[in-house]
Amino acid sequence: MNKCIERLNNGIIKENPTLVLMLGMCPTLAVTTSAINGLGMGLTTTVVLTLSNIIIAALRGVIPDKIRIPAFIVIIASFVTMMQLLLQAYIPSLYKALGIYIPLIVVNCIILGRAEAYAYKNPVLPSLFDGLGMGLGFTLALTLIGLIREFIGGCSAFGYELNLFTPVAIFKMAPGAFFVLALLTAIQNQVKITGEKKGKDVSRIQSGCGADCASCMVGDCAERTVPAITEEAVVTKEAVVTEEAAGNEETAATGESAVNTETVEAASEDNKSEEVQA
Amino acid sequence: MSTVRDLLIILIGSSLVSNVVLSQFLGLCPFLGVSKKTETAAGMGVAVIFVITLSSAVAGAIYHYILTPLNMEYMQTIVFILVIAALVQFVEMFLKKFIPSLYKSLGVYLPLITTNCAVLGVALTNVTKGYGVLYGVVNGFATALGFTISIILLASIRERLEYNDIPKPLKGMPIVLLTAGLMAIAFCGFSGLI
Repeated sequence: MNKCIERLNNGIIKENPTLVLMLGMCPTLAVTTSAINGLGMGLTTTVVLTLSNIIIAALRGVIPDKIRIPAFIVIIASFVTMMQLLLQAYIPSLYKALGIYIPLIVVNCIILGRAEAYAYKNPVLPSLFDGLGMGLGFTLALTLIGLIREFIGGCSAFGYELNLFTPVAIFKMAPGAFFVLALLTAIQNQVKITGEKKGKDVSRIQSGCGADCASCMVGDCAERTVPAITEEAVVTKEAVVTEEAAGNEETAATGESAVNTETVEAASEDNKSEEVQA
Repeated sequence: MSTVRDLLIILIGSSLVSNVVLSQFLGLCPFLGVSKKTETAAGMGVAVIFVITLSSAVAGAIYHYILTPLNMEYMQTIVFILVIAALVQFVEMFLKKFIPSLYKSLGVYLPLITTNCAVLGVALTNVTKGYGVLYGVVNGFATALGFTISIILLASIRERLEYNDIPKPLKGMPIVLLTAGLMAIAFCGFSGLI
């Protein structure tokens, strides 16, 4: 039971996907025009994440290693489609507000990242709590960002008008999302700087794929603990290896690929020890 | 004539007015990740144009000629993501075998695009907006063009930023996001075009 609570704590605070790891930036910016939308998106993602984690953990002995990514995608896409139909039927207002970003949960790299890094290697129950923790952490962050944008941009909170000051409408529009995220990452940087001075372990901060969901499939995402490029592919890709290495440096948004690999190694060690315990 | 006019409106609307990155936040990941140098940004942009145009054609055809007749529209998300992933793999293999010169310049970027939300996003938008295959392809091309324009602009700005004295906490991501925010404000100016 302790392990389950540890997973919850890990997802919500220690490795919060948005606030600490900087994963899944696309939905974070797109749907946080208000706190309610952020909450809705977060909870929808939580349901998909938890269910897909359960199924993937249950099937981890059955799915062949080589085709695991397509298998994960099919499982995730099925749950996303189910959630989409359920929302359309029972909460049409949220369905309208989130629009195209509901089916796009499929390519949210938090979900694929958890499947790859945790659920594929661990039993069902811890995977359930891992998904729940990560999902709630994501929900918390999205609601918070939505609340900030809604408060500054519309002078309201959860839809209630407050009438305290003249709203700065740009915070509800697209540029505002970038500004709020810039503020968030600036705070992360500051925490990192002060943490390093005190000698604390700050390697987790911004250690995710930076903002690079696209590379989740490729293997330079810090969330992944198994190298995605098989030996076969390495041999055939020899010609472009040098270029790709340059590209990888580009994609590590924070420019700390060394830190990233360290995190990956640490994470895989964690998983190994957990397996041993199990 | 009206078809040409419609297509022109789609072209301008999708590339500038509702820019895929700066107003819809799709494809944000490569936009922030692969925009340190202008050359890499341009390479990524070309690869995205290539993949999105192709995938919107294939996804559109599958939706209109297979899913709709079978009344299986609800399967669109699953089918699209699988088709796109397979397509990118196939294109990569095809280029490697038959056009090595093009593979050399685009090959590195292709696997990065598989789970790019912009690719799936365009395929789904085409369906939501009720575009046929032709309109869908033009919309896909325009969206990718908008992505390329904005990523090259951001890369050029970032190359300049390298030499500026930036406050320590703002170094790295924050200043890039601030830049992107200012670019988004500038792109809001296009909303008067149509």
